[in-house]
Amino acid sequence: MTPQLAGQIELFVQVVIAGLLLGGLYSLIGLGMSLIMGVMRIINLAHGELMMVAMYITFLLFSLIHMDPYLSLFVVLPALFLIGAALQKYLITPVMDVESVLPQNQVLLTVGIGMVLSNLAQMVFSADYKSVPVSYASKTIYWDVNVGGQTISLSFNFPFLVAFGIAIALGAALFLFLGKTDIGRMIRATAQDKRAAAIMGINTKRITYITFGLGAALVGAAGTLLAPVYYLYPAIGGPFTSKAFIITVLGGMGNIAGAVLGGVVLGLGESLGSVYISLGYKDAFGFIIFVLVLIFLPKGLLGKSSV
Amino acid sequence: MKLLELSGVSKRFGGLQAVGDMTFSVEKGEILGLIGPNGAGKTTIFNLINGYYAPDVGDIKFNGEPIQGLKPFRVCRKGLARTFQVVKPLGRLSVLENVMVSAFSRTNHLPEARQIASEAISFTGMDAWRDSLAKSLPLGMRKRLEMARALATKPELLLLDENFAGLNPSEVERTIEIVKKIHESGVTILIIEHNMRVIMAISRRLLAINYGMKIAEGSPQEVANDPKVIEAYLGVAHV
Amino acid sequence: MPKKPVLLVVPALLLLLFPLVFSNPYILHMLILSMMWIILGVAWNLLGGFTGQVSYGHAAFFGTGAYATAILVKSGQPVAQAWWGLLVGGLAAVVLATFIGWICFRLRGPYFSLSALALSEVLRLVALNWKEVTNGAEGILFLPAFNDKGAYYYIVFALAAVTIFTIHRVMKSKLGFYFLAIREDQDAAESLGIDTTKYKLVSLMISAFFTGVAGSFYMNYMGFIDPGIVFDLSKISIMMILVTMLGGAATLWGPALGAVIYILVSEIFRVYVGSGHLVFFGVLIIVIILFFPNGIVGSILEAKGRRDRKTDGKDPKQVAA
Repeated sequence: MTPQLAGQIELFVQVVIAGLLLGGLYSLIGLGMSLIMGVMRIINLAHGELMMVAMYITFLLFSLIHMDPYLSLFVVLPALFLIGAALQKYLITPVMDVESVLPQNQVLLTVGIGMVLSNLAQMVFSADYKSVPVSYASKTIYWDVNVGGQTISLSFNFPFLVAFGIAIALGAALFLFLGKTDIGRMIRATAQDKRAAAIMGINTKRITYITFGLGAALVGAAGTLLAPVYYLYPAIGGPFTSKAFIITVLGGMGNIAGAVLGGVVLGLGESLGSVYISLGYKDAFGFIIFVLVLIFLPKGLLGKSSV
Repeated sequence: MKLLELSGVSKRFGGLQAVGDMTFSVEKGEILGLIGPNGAGKTTIFNLINGYYAPDVGDIKFNGEPIQGLKPFRVCRKGLARTFQVVKPLGRLSVLENVMVSAFSRTNHLPEARQIASEAISFTGMDAWRDSLAKSLPLGMRKRLEMARALATKPELLLLDENFAGLNPSEVERTIEIVKKIHESGVTILIIEHNMRVIMAISRRLLAINYGMKIAEGSPQEVANDPKVIEAYLGVAHV
Repeated sequence: MPKKPVLLVVPALLLLLFPLVFSNPYILHMLILSMMWIILGVAWNLLGGFTGQVSYGHAAFFGTGAYATAILVKSGQPVAQAWWGLLVGGLAAVVLATFIGWICFRLRGPYFSLSALALSEVLRLVALNWKEVTNGAEGILFLPAFNDKGAYYYIVFALAAVTIFTIHRVMKSKLGFYFLAIREDQDAAESLGIDTTKYKLVSLMISAFFTGVAGSFYMNYMGFIDPGIVFDLSKISIMMILVTMLGGAATLWGPALGAVIYILVSEIFRVYVGSGHLVFFGVLIIVIILFFPNGIVGSILEAKGRRDRKTDGKDPKQVAA
């Protein structure tokens, strides 16, 4: 094997690794969105903004009391759960009963919520870029592999690796929760058929609060995990909202397992696209894939859409 | 003369054979009744004729012209109108506006559309309701609005899907009159109806289906006494 | 249109005479922006309010109109600044609308909304990255054709008047009936003889045309655009929805009223609150949806019991008799 070829292989594998690690985080974002879409049948266009809120909480805890971002998950998860449940209870649920000419008012409502959150953040924290400068932010683990007589050196960014691990753990916890607990089963029942669930004695309104809370907590976790490796600024939510709905559509609306796949596909696609095609158009790929999937694979890559 | 002809029409949804090898025809000028228990595939047959679904196999001819797979608006423009069992009023429009929408399939001019719509409204006895919003109508009137709208497209063939369901006895009588009047004005009718008394009153030929298959065809008496039909209704046929 | 012509003629005359009496450029600027937003609101309303197809991506047409004109001028076609340059902007938006509609109208409901948003974002990224043509993030700058704000005032006044009049005529014709039918029930519309795909596209094309014209006007008037301004999701696409909702979706004058209030309020917020003032628009969206879902004009009409009735002004019984 020539050194050139080895170099190319090294780059490719490196890009795939970066894509997979990013994909793990995207999956977490997608899981939250998919859960909300599955139960409430609405698209939450404030999803990225909820992530932004989680990032600022992490930032505050770090800069005020030097709490480690991974430790702050224990604050962020319950906080975002409460914010999400409150949004559902006091804003989104009441809109269900409002009659109006314009359809999809609930989706529009989440746009308004997103605007409030991002602009509040701008008023409180200014539009400046902030960061959570942990000591291990750029810590990297190297792994040398021998391929055909050439040494390929692969690197793993430590915070991304940890984030990936926690994302998998949270995803697994969600699956267990939905599969094994009573509330989890109630959520799945509500997603399948809200009316039937209500007839069976499930308090479906309460289930929607819990679901939105869980969705917010999951995307909040993603925000905290991203905090050590991303700059944060008030408008960071917008692009992540877009990513969230792209992931959800890739995976099939409301399909939890699909959301994981969708997240990994988007992570890989962005990573490969930005290296091999063009960095500037990286975000455009996601949108184009989104529209193509909606039209040609309306049930997502897995071909089914259920929780 | 055969106005509508189905031959070997089948439609499958996943593992469910909704309509199987359906062959029948509607003669110009008749009122053909389509009966069968719930879930027998009656509305699916309407959806196949009117273009909501394309048949998997089989031909549908209207006036000798194949129409299978055409979109609903094209089928409508060929002179084949339908009503919906689950009514679909244009809620925030008035009755007049609802009917004008369908009149526009026959004219591009507003006054003419209003004229056609007014006639259809009078014909179905809805004059008192013409300026009411469709969403405020009681069920009986919504069912009648379905008929007025279908009429305003000036159809040759009208498909009526359970226009009597949920009506009180006096409304039923009134609707029978209207259907007869529509028929007398020269419109051929294919009607789905559960109420055997109603269908005997307006239709001289019946077609019974079950599980998407034709099980009997003939005069109301013949069909009502057919063992297969009685079995299909599990003895609840109102004869 | 109001029953009494006075209600239309007097305000119009006042607006026409205004620049002759007051020449305060700041006030003229506010009025010019208001009238531009009237065009945007009324145009969005045709598709969203009357046809029921809520687009989250109308910035695509605004930006395309603006860039079409800007690129023409940059490539040495000063005529693009002439009145028909506006037409070029509108037509470019219509071409784009044909493409976007062809793709997005295969989808219904929120999936239409989101795919419109997605394609609009793709266009923003194209404008940002196709530097040879668009100058990328630097944007395009040129000297406006007129030094006098009065000229732009009369141009945008005429454009707004034409937009409102056209949409009024459209809604009084067969097209209008078809649009409303599609909004109310697409399946019923289809079975009543309406080619819903075609008429949704027609509605989108008309809406996109006026949005593109407004974009082109914006370029001519401001003399500068960049992708972040004209393709912005929250400041253009979402605000077009807000303007419509605020005044009243599916009413002729609602979006116009919404536009005026929007410019007024946004100026107050901008001056007195500064950074993050968009938070109030977020709150406004939430409040409108929760408490005034049919907007100001919509609520008034509802109270009077004659919402978006096509037969208004004439007693249909007399006409049809």
